[in-house]
Amino acid sequence: MTTTKTRPAAGSTTPRQKGSTVRSRDRRSALAMVTPTTVIIAVVIIVPIIWNVVLAFQDTSLRTIVDRGLWGSPTLANVEAVLTSPGFWKTLWTTVVYSVASTGGSIALGLVVALAFRRPFRGRGALRAVMLLPYVAPVVAAAFVWKMLLNPQFGLVNAWGTSFLGWDEPMDFLGRAPYALVTVIVFEVWRYFPFAFMFFTARLLALPGDVEEAATVDGAVPTQSFAHVVLPQLVPTIAVLSLLRLIMTFNKFDDVYLLTGGTAGTEVAAVRVYDELTSGLDISAAAANALVLSVVLGIGLTLYIRFFGRKEYDS
Amino acid sequence: MSRLDIERTTLPVLRWVVIVGVSLAALFPFYYMVMLSFVPIEKVLLDPGRLWPDWGDLTLGTYADVLRSAESGGQGFGRFMLNSAVVAISCTLLTLAAVIPAAYAVSRLEFRGRSVLGYAFLAVYLFPAIVIAIPMFVGFSSIGLGASLVGLVVVYIALTVPVAIHMLRTYLVTIPASLDEAAMLDGCSRWTILRRIVVPLAMPTIMSTALYIFMIAWNELLFALLFLVTDRSTWTVSLGLSQLSNGIEVSKTVLMAGSVLLTIPVVLLYGVAERALTDGLTSGAEKG
Repeated sequence: MTTTKTRPAAGSTTPRQKGSTVRSRDRRSALAMVTPTTVIIAVVIIVPIIWNVVLAFQDTSLRTIVDRGLWGSPTLANVEAVLTSPGFWKTLWTTVVYSVASTGGSIALGLVVALAFRRPFRGRGALRAVMLLPYVAPVVAAAFVWKMLLNPQFGLVNAWGTSFLGWDEPMDFLGRAPYALVTVIVFEVWRYFPFAFMFFTARLLALPGDVEEAATVDGAVPTQSFAHVVLPQLVPTIAVLSLLRLIMTFNKFDDVYLLTGGTAGTEVAAVRVYDELTSGLDISAAAANALVLSVVLGIGLTLYIRFFGRKEYDS
Repeated sequence: MSRLDIERTTLPVLRWVVIVGVSLAALFPFYYMVMLSFVPIEKVLLDPGRLWPDWGDLTLGTYADVLRSAESGGQGFGRFMLNSAVVAISCTLLTLAAVIPAAYAVSRLEFRGRSVLGYAFLAVYLFPAIVIAIPMFVGFSSIGLGASLVGLVVVYIALTVPVAIHMLRTYLVTIPASLDEAAMLDGCSRWTILRRIVVPLAMPTIMSTALYIFMIAWNELLFALLFLVTDRSTWTVSLGLSQLSNGIEVSKTVLMAGSVLLTIPVVLLYGVAERALTDGLTSGAEKG
């Protein structure tokens, strides 16, 4: 049926016209239904993002923004300053290490746990719910407990390490350079393996069992049937998870802020932007830094999708 | 021993090592949190390696201290919890009110820009929250919403809308469109269909979406930190705990009591809604 733009006169009841009334009524309902959401997104997200780009090319601080308003004279100085400051590249590297290691770690652990939970055992349902605790619990509470556990003076881990494991002195897990980043990554793996676990559990449940059975009949040992039958079917799940977690972790602020405050070689990008914003009140520098980050993330994602998207397409 | 025999004996052992190890790792920090919240800090300093406290040491004083208002010498977590509850509940209700019709429209109705809209919402997550935070910080300060819970609710709605739409839409497309068509033949408008048919059918998904929104709003830190840090009377629990745990004035076990108070609502709701979710799924399966 073709749609007509003209609205039919009231009372006319040919099927063709009736169809188009329904459609135009649908269009009006649809508009009313999506408008509130679209307005919120536009006002709170799109406008700020554009404004951020504008700010990045201006010379503005909290003191001057009132007088100058939105459109000052454009400058490239901020972006240049971001790219040439030595701290930026170090931060970028830390962020990459942090996001790749925690994404990889949490997905690997989530997969192992999902496999261990695959066959039923008594109490499986309850333990599954328990597994999700690190993920649903508030990050502030979780980070605080970890800080207590790892505290050099009165933390349980150091108390046990020195008395049972024979450590000479307490380890400063969150205050010394190489350890701090590792600890933050371990925390991230602990907090997000449940997310991967959920995805893998759902996917494993939906896998048809017959191919695996056939593989077993043909003499495949469990690890072989995992590697050649189950794992290939999980590749799309792994790809989606990696993408989601990489984006989320790359932009992550609170975990590192709470655990180390960005000290001891753990300054990730979002923490750096926050510090710039709050300590120096240099809005333009912070905005330029944030902009450069989004661009870096965008480039990384494009490469990722180009590379893995095509690979998956080939196989 | 063949490779099969080796795997048949080692894999079940490894499986239980994983189950026990990961369960301990997931649970232990929370056990430790609850345990510390009931003991005075002096006992912890005296013997940090203890796994369980002496019965005689247990106290509720930590909870009394953390909940009492700041004016009467406590930490004011009662007020913080109220703030968090107001923010998280209003954010959940408002987001659902905006998102349920939008998800329905995107999943069912023909209109220009439909396909673009679905992805545009998710594309929002490509930008770091901090990118949005800077202009919001400036903008809200200039219109006087800088240090208010209202501003925070607005931001949280925007942060949760994209995933909420996505969750709902994924479910709504599985409801047969013939139901809508039958109702339309009976003269129902789209809004009536939404209210009478779609919402009841989608209730389990709406519940889990609501839980997700509540969790995000209750747990969020960055925006609370940027907007509210100057005015203690507006602090949320997350912000209060993070601010106080940076200092040394407040005893750590009192703050542990604060952590328990921060964690309990989310865990309780999660337990309740998880059941609602599985109930909804199984009742569908019975009907075939």
